[in-house]
Amino acid sequence: MASGIAAWRGFSPTSVRIAFALLTVFTSGDGSALYVAAWLFIPARGEDHSIGARALKDAKGIALAIGLATLLTIVLLIAGVFNDGWFAGWAWPQVFSLAGLTLIWRNGDPDEQASLKRLVEPLEAAATGGRENMKWAAIRVLAAGVLLITGVSILATSHESLALLRPLGAIALVVAAIVLFLGPWWLRIGRDLVAERQARIRTEERAKEREEIASRVHDSVLQTLALIQRRAEDPQKVVQLARLQERELRDWLFGGKVPGDTSAETFAAAVRQVQSDVESRYGVPVEVVTVGDCELDENLSALVAAAREATINAAKWSGASVISLFAETEAGAASVVVRDRGQGFDPEQVPADRKGLTESIHGRMARRGGTATVTSATGEGTKVSLSMPRAESTASPA
Amino acid sequence: MNGLGGKPRVVLVDDHGLFRSGVRAELGLRVQVVGEADDVQSAIELITRTEPDVVLLDVHLPSGGGHDVIAAVKARLPEVRFLALSASDAPEDVIAVIRAGARGYVTKTIGTGELADAIERIASGDAVFSHRLAGFVLDAFAAMPPGGGGGGAGAADKPSFDPELDQLTTREREVLRLIAQGYTYKEIAKELFISVKTVETHVSSVLRKLQLSTRHQLTRWATERRLA
Repeated sequence: MASGIAAWRGFSPTSVRIAFALLTVFTSGDGSALYVAAWLFIPARGEDHSIGARALKDAKGIALAIGLATLLTIVLLIAGVFNDGWFAGWAWPQVFSLAGLTLIWRNGDPDEQASLKRLVEPLEAAATGGRENMKWAAIRVLAAGVLLITGVSILATSHESLALLRPLGAIALVVAAIVLFLGPWWLRIGRDLVAERQARIRTEERAKEREEIASRVHDSVLQTLALIQRRAEDPQKVVQLARLQERELRDWLFGGKVPGDTSAETFAAAVRQVQSDVESRYGVPVEVVTVGDCELDENLSALVAAAREATINAAKWSGASVISLFAETEAGAASVVVRDRGQGFDPEQVPADRKGLTESIHGRMARRGGTATVTSATGEGTKVSLSMPRAESTASPA
Repeated sequence: MNGLGGKPRVVLVDDHGLFRSGVRAELGLRVQVVGEADDVQSAIELITRTEPDVVLLDVHLPSGGGHDVIAAVKARLPEVRFLALSASDAPEDVIAVIRAGARGYVTKTIGTGELADAIERIASGDAVFSHRLAGFVLDAFAAMPPGGGGGGAGAADKPSFDPELDQLTTREREVLRLIAQGYTYKEIAKELFISVKTVETHVSSVLRKLQLSTRHQLTRWATERRLA
């Protein structure tokens, strides 16, 4: 509203508001009446008619305004009888303001009605007790009323008696009354604000969690699905991708392992690592079963390395559609069996310059006291059994 | 008990409609699908009404697990047999379904022919262990030292301790290891110089031990897996 006058006369809204406030103080209330009058009769920016013009057609509103103004006048007149002369100085602006605000409330636009409602709400809340228990509300209002009456009566009588300290005490009492009267409402607003902020923080945390999951699903599942769509004509590749994704998802869901984390700390995890490496490099599914588990030491690392070699051999040469990888941890030893149903070979006929079998498997195992047995016959598949004694008995019965 | 032409009568219980219709289409020639259900309650109602030979039962179901279905039906219809299956399985869930009374467990990645074989095997009263289940069972029984004299500690705090039920024999272990390595029953028979029937007997015996054992290690194992 102040900005309206400012725009109309060319001043800044702030200076207009300050002028009105000063006017109100110096004229004991006439300023507020002037403000309401301006609100009524100056059209808001972007509108053709002032609220006052609309109010003229609102007979009911005018009746209400006159009624309320009359009521207030009577109340003030009665007060004036007990306090001669006081009425004349203060009452007219108030009566006019009340009537004006009533008209504005009925004819203003929704924004103005909302701001008026906010002005009225604490009074309503005080009257009805808001959400409080009725008994407490009654006590509160009563206390506020007593304080208010005491304060006002001291104020009213202070101009006759010249005790300087009494007005100060009276003001304190009035302030206390206001606090008692409006306190709960302010408190509620404060609580609502705090609750709103906490809700916002919780929402943000949840959003962050969701983002994290979304990014993981994107990095793994969605990428894989995209790949599968592009490789749809290659069933082998599709199966391989699906298996890779299944394993990664299973590790994440049941093992708590972050996708992409490749460091294996236990024997069983190292064996699964072999599985995923061979599947992704050679495209042959590897069925893994692990029984028991324990920490990975040097002996077991050698066992896993030999098993990896055997699995890669099977993937490269056997032509089998699936490779079985079985790893078991027992109290005294750990063993791995790599098996395929591929074409097989005759171990006697392997050329001497092929180092894979002799060095990478037999040699690796023998150096640490383990054994390797290769069973294979042409057309009947291959089975590589590896066994490694365990350095110390720390079998964790998984 | 068999339906038309000796085909086993089968009920499918799975919450994925796509999977049910796929299985139904693939198995149509070798089994007779008499009904489908997608949760615990409707499954119990359907099985009680149709009394099938075999129930193909998803380990995970909305409003409970497969073991709830078995528990509810087992007392009234002891002749109905259950084959559990799942896509992504935590070991303890699988063991729970088997302990509740399922006679076998396979993964959903199983081929159509193998699944039909498994259903026929279940229908005729045998047990079906996939390589993964064999691994779980070996794992569950691994906590126990092998051999007859290992019951000392367990016997102390469990008076009803039965060493017969709480151990796997060396032979049963061998059979399970071979299953875990991907061998078929026929290949196991050949490898161990025994008949296929004997392999089936060993597997059924393992199943019985798994279901009847009061061994608290089995429970503890599952608990540990869950906490891990």
